[in-house]
Amino acid sequence: MPSFVIVEKCDGCQSAPRTACQYICPNDLMVLDREKMKAYNQEPEMCWECYSCVKICPQQAIEVRGYADFVPLGASVYPMRGTDSVMWTVKFRNGLIKRFKFPIRTTPEGSIDVYAGFPPADRSKIGDNTLFSEPDTLDGLELATPKK
Amino acid sequence: MADFEVVEVNTDLLIVGGGMAACGAAVEAKYWAGDDIKVTLVDKAALERSGAVAQGLSAINTYIGMSGRAAPAVGDETGQHSPEKFVHYVRQDLMGIVREDLVYDVARHVDSSVHLFEKWGLPIWKTEDGKYVREGTWQIMINGESYKCIIAEAAKNALGEENIIERVFVVKLLLDEKVPNRIAGAVGFSVRENKFYYFKAKAIICACGGAVHIFRPRSTGEGYGRAWYPPWNAGSTYSMMLEVGAPMVNMECRFVPARYKDGYGPVGAWFLLFKAYATNAFDENYIVTRKPDLEKYAPYGTTKPCPTCLRNHTMMLDMFEGKFPIFMRTEAAMQKILSENPKRAKHLEAEAWEDFLDMTVSQAVLWAAENVEPDKVKSEIMPSEPYLMGSHSGANGAWCCGPDDLMPEEYKADFPGGYNRMTTVEGLFTAGDGVGASAHKFSSGSHAEGRLAAKAAIKYILDHKDFEPSPRGSVEELKAQVYKPLKTFEENKDYTSDPNVNPNYIRPKGFVFRLNKIMDEYAGGIGWQYTTSEPALLRGLEKLQVLKEDADKLAAETLHELMRAWENYHRLLTAECHMRHLLYRKETRWPGYYYRSDYPDMDEQNWRKFVLSKINPETGEWEMFERPYIPLID
Repeated sequence: MPSFVIVEKCDGCQSAPRTACQYICPNDLMVLDREKMKAYNQEPEMCWECYSCVKICPQQAIEVRGYADFVPLGASVYPMRGTDSVMWTVKFRNGLIKRFKFPIRTTPEGSIDVYAGFPPADRSKIGDNTLFSEPDTLDGLELATPKK
Repeated sequence: MADFEVVEVNTDLLIVGGGMAACGAAVEAKYWAGDDIKVTLVDKAALERSGAVAQGLSAINTYIGMSGRAAPAVGDETGQHSPEKFVHYVRQDLMGIVREDLVYDVARHVDSSVHLFEKWGLPIWKTEDGKYVREGTWQIMINGESYKCIIAEAAKNALGEENIIERVFVVKLLLDEKVPNRIAGAVGFSVRENKFYYFKAKAIICACGGAVHIFRPRSTGEGYGRAWYPPWNAGSTYSMMLEVGAPMVNMECRFVPARYKDGYGPVGAWFLLFKAYATNAFDENYIVTRKPDLEKYAPYGTTKPCPTCLRNHTMMLDMFEGKFPIFMRTEAAMQKILSENPKRAKHLEAEAWEDFLDMTVSQAVLWAAENVEPDKVKSEIMPSEPYLMGSHSGANGAWCCGPDDLMPEEYKADFPGGYNRMTTVEGLFTAGDGVGASAHKFSSGSHAEGRLAAKAAIKYILDHKDFEPSPRGSVEELKAQVYKPLKTFEENKDYTSDPNVNPNYIRPKGFVFRLNKIMDEYAGGIGWQYTTSEPALLRGLEKLQVLKEDADKLAAETLHELMRAWENYHRLLTAECHMRHLLYRKETRWPGYYYRSDYPDMDEQNWRKFVLSKINPETGEWEMFERPYIPLID
């Protein structure tokens, strides 16, 4: 049912005002059953299988079962996402297992200082066609104009 | 019905949307805004994972490489290109119809955004001598699982968390009641809390993506959500701008991606990086065998690279003749690479899987479930259902102002003041999927375009300092309108024993199925092999008018369903706009995207021009009109 929640593992994010999966789902699909304290996907046929909920769940309680209308049973694809890399485990229907690790980020989370190293805004340049980081982010090149 | 608290937000610049364009707008806007101009961003979801890049991407598809940071693609002499060359490429790919000023403008700035992404922490593949690895001439390879998280963090850190409102769906833009044709605000609702949002703004950047689920998709059960573009892109950008009178352009130029069948995994790396080819069921390479079929589309059909729509067209011609399934020859491509360089085996396999895992995990799930090892077996590909969007190889969106040094004189009368990426509505800007006739921006170009729009929007605000927005309509009326589907449900639900079947209302799910069916059957969807005609379109438009009447009876039980109700209303207007454009252009300009059976040929002499549409906000009536094609580059 695209993303699904394993009852035994989900703790409803305990006392948090909202669950991690509710926070992140781009399509507002994850909800918490407050009586059972278990999350679930309220509209599986609108799930993109983007894995945002799978990656963020602190209990590893969410997985994906491929769409019923075209995916055979028996396979799984599961990520373990760290701060600088993601490790994927791909299990085939026939039992074959493949593991892949890819980098995801070269800087610490939260460290982006957008305007560091750039001069403060000079409003007299607001009418120019250059962006705040230019020419620095064009490696010093002047703004291109068509060759006549 | 519950009580809904009114939250009034007074700001100078309101950015509606949270994807690549909106995040680009946020970082550029805040720089120029300083502390005396207020910038607010409102996103239907959570910025960290919203928009089309939510899942990540395996490549950046627009990188010019003007300064020489990229290695040459396989088969190219250099990785260093120019905006001129990019305009040639995009014009060719879109069969001769693009706003060359806008395309050039994206090209000359896009490297700036990409270089910032790398500085912020996005891993870009490098060659041994430290150059970016090209996937194809214009693309570079990335480890992009966290692409959106990084871009969102930059936007958040620039703007400050206090200026970002998440989980609020803006559903209507508001014109000013004193100044004609002037944007003044917007309304929306929290999808989580009983809060109604009333925004007053001096300028708005409306950048909330393209339109998915306009047409009936190939997977209609649980896989309905496995659209190629994300299912949360509901055409809000187009419909909200249309409703305040902003003209759209090129809304007929839809996009049909040919992708791995059902999972919709990307094919770019396979065709460009791994040099794979595709064959029909009888091992014929349709790009080769169908070459004579493209001669009638000269010069586009006889020039390389072959336009995206014509590549679709050759595949479709084979499919229509019963020569399907079509296969990507992954096994042949991998075996060829390994025969030339056996040491690449481990890397190559990881590269192939990362391509899916970074951006379309569903395709990896499908391959695993079908025991597909791409070096051993070929894999099916297929053209998908149509999508409406402006950032990929389709070119839907608003008619926008270009930069003062590039925009042709002939367009300047539409844009007094000359604010880059402003629509013809004063103070209303757009970017990314929102800007029409300017394809091939992809993620990076959308970010750069958001920045261009934002800088111009701040200038607009500074130039109109004395303007005090007074949006049309009372807060109470607007609130009642926004929450009407909840009221309709509440008032009628007890009439029947099953609230899903009730003669007094239509729930969003039924509504979107009806829309999908009309579009599929009358506007050239998959069911009719992308073919339509004047009689079909006229009949389809009749049916859409009735659906529009029934939109008054949309019913929602929860805030989540209210979101669906408004999304589907936005889809409806976007669909109508698309159909009117299909009807107006009397030729088949983009075979492989759609066919007019009554005008089956391309008509370069009469139709190399822009088709525009608008809704008169006073009367609600549609107008269709044209603008000439003015080239910028030879």
